[in-house]
Amino acid sequence: MGLVKKLINDASDVVADALRGIEAAHADRLRIDHDHQVILRADAPRAGKVGIVSGGGSGHEPLHGGFVGRGMLDAACCGQVFTSPVPDQVMAATTAVDAGAGVLHLVKNYTGDVMNFEMAAELAAAEGVQVEAVVIDDDVAVTDSLYTAGRRGVGLTVLMEKIVGAAAEEGLDLAGLASLARRVNASGRSMGVALTSCTVPHVGRPTFDLGEDELEIGIGIHGEPGRERRPMASAREVAAMLVEPVLADRDFTGAPAIVMLNGMGATPLLELYLMYGEVATLLREAGVEIARNLVGNYITSLDMAGCSLTVLGADDDMLRLWDAPVDTPALRWGL
Amino acid sequence: MTTVDLAQTQAWLADFAAAIHENAALLTDLDRQIGDADHGSNMDRGLTAVAALNADDFADTAAYLKKVGMTLVSTVGGASGPLYGTFFLRFAGALPAAADAAGLGAALRAGVEGVAARGRAEEGDKTMLDALAPALRAYDEAVGEGVRPALEAAAAAAATGRDATVPLVARKGRASYLGERSAGHQDPGATSATLLLESAARNLG
Repeated sequence: MGLVKKLINDASDVVADALRGIEAAHADRLRIDHDHQVILRADAPRAGKVGIVSGGGSGHEPLHGGFVGRGMLDAACCGQVFTSPVPDQVMAATTAVDAGAGVLHLVKNYTGDVMNFEMAAELAAAEGVQVEAVVIDDDVAVTDSLYTAGRRGVGLTVLMEKIVGAAAEEGLDLAGLASLARRVNASGRSMGVALTSCTVPHVGRPTFDLGEDELEIGIGIHGEPGRERRPMASAREVAAMLVEPVLADRDFTGAPAIVMLNGMGATPLLELYLMYGEVATLLREAGVEIARNLVGNYITSLDMAGCSLTVLGADDDMLRLWDAPVDTPALRWGL
Repeated sequence: MTTVDLAQTQAWLADFAAAIHENAALLTDLDRQIGDADHGSNMDRGLTAVAALNADDFADTAAYLKKVGMTLVSTVGGASGPLYGTFFLRFAGALPAAADAAGLGAALRAGVEGVAARGRAEEGDKTMLDALAPALRAYDEAVGEGVRPALEAAAAAAATGRDATVPLVARKGRASYLGERSAGHQDPGATSATLLLESAARNLG
């Protein structure tokens, strides 16, 4: 397997260089703490508002940095590619956005992320900052959670950050936000599929080998192999492979749903819309009422081809918060 | 009686840093098979920072090892940062001044228990604990023979534990998502933890 071409300068500077680019593009609304590699709302901390902090390894853009701004995150901590941020970074973000009302950490359920955010929360508590953490674990591909590190946090993270961010903007307190976040987590499920692996810049070759005629079902977002390999299939068949496990895991009928069809980074929007059409048909046939949708690249895995489906059973409160104004580099509406 | 001093401790960490650097490609390749291909580069980055610490800046061995732990937490990232960081922080907290074999054993026990608590893992989960836990048992059995022989026994037990991870199905960490497919691969964390104990056996006592 040969080396993969990348638009980078030096593999070890990828995150630092990208942060300079984000600053060049969005200095009007974002502030970058280059020492800690944290992306902040330019106007943080906001008096009286609970700070919403997320973060994780880089390589999932626009998650998380692209969701920093009014109505979503106050700060995003950028780890190295596919590597959790360290507690110093999370601490820097937490203290920078705390205005006395406390800080909520939204953490994807990956071993490293959970441990690093946990150590940061212990450090922040020692400095008198009130921190709550909610762990997101929506990936139905992980079936035997008792014998694993548990379900992974994947696509639902995008919907979570939007809904909880809107509630924080409205002035909901820390306990209320944590409770809302747990409700969202309990009501959302995701499933992903890869057509190719992806290439971590400092490794230079694909993380796993996938044949020309193979699909990897049940992938996470770090190029880790999934649970099962199947022969390549049509979009309609792949849509069923995503929809069935999601619906088997939770009853989504009888309430409105927010549906996201997300690209993993290297799949064209043409194919993502085609897939959304297939998925929406299957969901409607199963009695799911799609109230809102989001189609595009929102939580990616570098240059992986493939997509993921997220379905959130939403109550009126969640729908209202979904529709609330948001002004971030990657999501912007209602302004 | 042989005791562990600051100079020896710094030599241990320098030797561990060199071993990690030498094996970085191997560790990353093992991680590529069942994880996310970053264990070697992450550990190398962290240990390079540790090797740059000057032992003369610290009042005693425990203060130096505390700084080693904080440095690893701050620079390694992933799960290995908090795990190795917690190992050294707890190790430092339990290390008596001028530690003899029993004192070093107490520190080793605190470190290993810290790793188990932070990772909520137990032996057999296919993690670094599969090297550390048998190493601790072997150390305790040989503790009467002195620091060096006890560490040599610990390093040998770690290597055996590391090799025994190959057939295991992972139950913690990113490899656990592979289910049965994680069997047949050597655990990267158990591999780096074995390097840690082998370095200790070359430098302490």
